[in-house]
Amino acid sequence: MRVGEIVGTVVSTQKHSTLKGAKLLLVQPVDTAGLAAGTSLLAVDSVGAGIGERVLVVIEGRAAGDALGRKTAPVDAAIVGIVDRLDVNEGPVQ
Amino acid sequence: MQLARVVGTVVATRKDPQLDGGKLLLLQPLTPEGTSTGRPLVAVDSVGSGVGEYVFFVRGREASYPFLPARVPTDAAVVGIVDSWSLASGAVGPP
Repeated sequence: MRVGEIVGTVVSTQKHSTLKGAKLLLVQPVDTAGLAAGTSLLAVDSVGAGIGERVLVVIEGRAAGDALGRKTAPVDAAIVGIVDRLDVNEGPVQ
Repeated sequence: MQLARVVGTVVATRKDPQLDGGKLLLLQPLTPEGTSTGRPLVAVDSVGSGVGEYVFFVRGREASYPFLPARVPTDAAVVGIVDSWSLASGAVGPP
């Protein structure tokens, strides 16, 4: 999983039938300091996250399908948690 | 998944039989701000999208799921047409 920040929402009326009702959120992965790290992505929400929140996101198809509860949904990323707090006790290994 | 703009189509007469009848689209991935990012790629359409539209697509094994029970050998598929999006900054897309 990665930690990311919700930076946007996407509206799509015409989408694959297995994605009906799914909430689509734009996520910017962040590093342990909370700074943007890597390319942003579009994920389905399974926990009720919203713009500005820090979240846990799985970037893998099988896990994303499981999170959505639809095993054959064509998804490759899903938000599976809202981060309350991130405690970093050590810096990067040198 | 990722936002993208459909920037072209691909015609391939000789291809894997499981790809027969599939529409091949050339996609330019986009950032949330709507600017191009990364290399264009070819994806199979599953929602009836066309050139000039904003879409989102899935990568990897899951890209073949929209076509089940057919086993389509693709690593990217368009799975939704984007009406609009909005950002934390208040900006809205498409640009």
